[in-house]
Amino acid sequence: MARKKNRMSTEVNAGSMADIAFLLLIFFLVTTTIASDKGILNILPPKLDPNNPPPKIDLNERNIFTILLNANDQLLVEGEFRDDPEGLDEDIKAFILNFGAPDEEAAALYNTLPASLKALSAKLPESSDDPGEAVVSIKTDRGTSYDKYLEVFDLTKKAYFDIYAERVNLSTDEYRALTGKNDAEVSLQDRGKEGIPMAISIAEPNKIGGN
Amino acid sequence: MGKFGKKNKVSENIPTSALPDIIFMLLFFFMVTTVLRDQEILVEQKIPQATQLQKLQKKTLISYIFIGKPKNTALYGTEPRVQANDALLNTPDIVQWVNQERDLLPEADRGLITISMKADRDVKMGPISDVQTELREADARRILYASTGKVNND
Repeated sequence: MARKKNRMSTEVNAGSMADIAFLLLIFFLVTTTIASDKGILNILPPKLDPNNPPPKIDLNERNIFTILLNANDQLLVEGEFRDDPEGLDEDIKAFILNFGAPDEEAAALYNTLPASLKALSAKLPESSDDPGEAVVSIKTDRGTSYDKYLEVFDLTKKAYFDIYAERVNLSTDEYRALTGKNDAEVSLQDRGKEGIPMAISIAEPNKIGGN
Repeated sequence: MGKFGKKNKVSENIPTSALPDIIFMLLFFFMVTTVLRDQEILVEQKIPQATQLQKLQKKTLISYIFIGKPKNTALYGTEPRVQANDALLNTPDIVQWVNQERDLLPEADRGLITISMKADRDVKMGPISDVQTELREADARRILYASTGKVNND
């Protein structure tokens, strides 16, 4: 009797443990959606008040970088036709940092820029006066695809982030990853942005090619 | 022949005792990262790609709005529709929905409500701009164009 008892295995059979774990694993694999809260932030303008129309601001045409996107997803950038938005970010950077006719403040700003950004300043009289004045305007048709619009918007953001990052000696990815959760990050963000507001205007679309 | 006999003596068993541990580790990873889908998405969602992605610090401030072609075209047609929570909305109802979402937030954060626009890449700008107009009307002006990362070729 005693011998028989001793022969019995005292270990719990753990062989099926893997099966159970696999089953649970597969369940969670199927149901999982890794949360993606990433995106491109945009701040819309305040709503229009019919009694109090927004003040008409006269901007010189040279201070506006116009990007038109038609219903066939073709671009008209500053009056020039383009098929794809490749290289648009460089053009926008050159436009923002043109310093065609800087006032005193802008001239001081120019002196604080790192050499790599100063090199972009062409000082053309027909381009923007200074970064504080420069506005990038994106106008689409109702039939423009969202994908294309986002691509252009993305490149515009890239131009600004490139400039900001360059000013604080970070890579663009590092600058964008700043969330402002502590004072050091906030000060970096502010130093990047100082004097160069992100002025992206998104116009009401034309009623072409959509409903 | 003798040589072969010798080889056969080598144990062929792969030790599998660590297998449950590995599986459990994976299991815990997925259990932690999983978000059980609390709503059924009724519109197509092929999220566009972009490079300049930003992450928001406070996830509680985000409300999601889905825009795309309905999956059930027999019932809802082929025109892009807007979905919020688990129902399709008409464009004028967005203001009301935003106000409901805003009321769920603590008072101090109400001005910071962010709408994450999960729009299908095949949607045209027309519906998108209608939604944006409504969001301006509702004074929910922070919007996030949800997109996935793009690998740079250059």
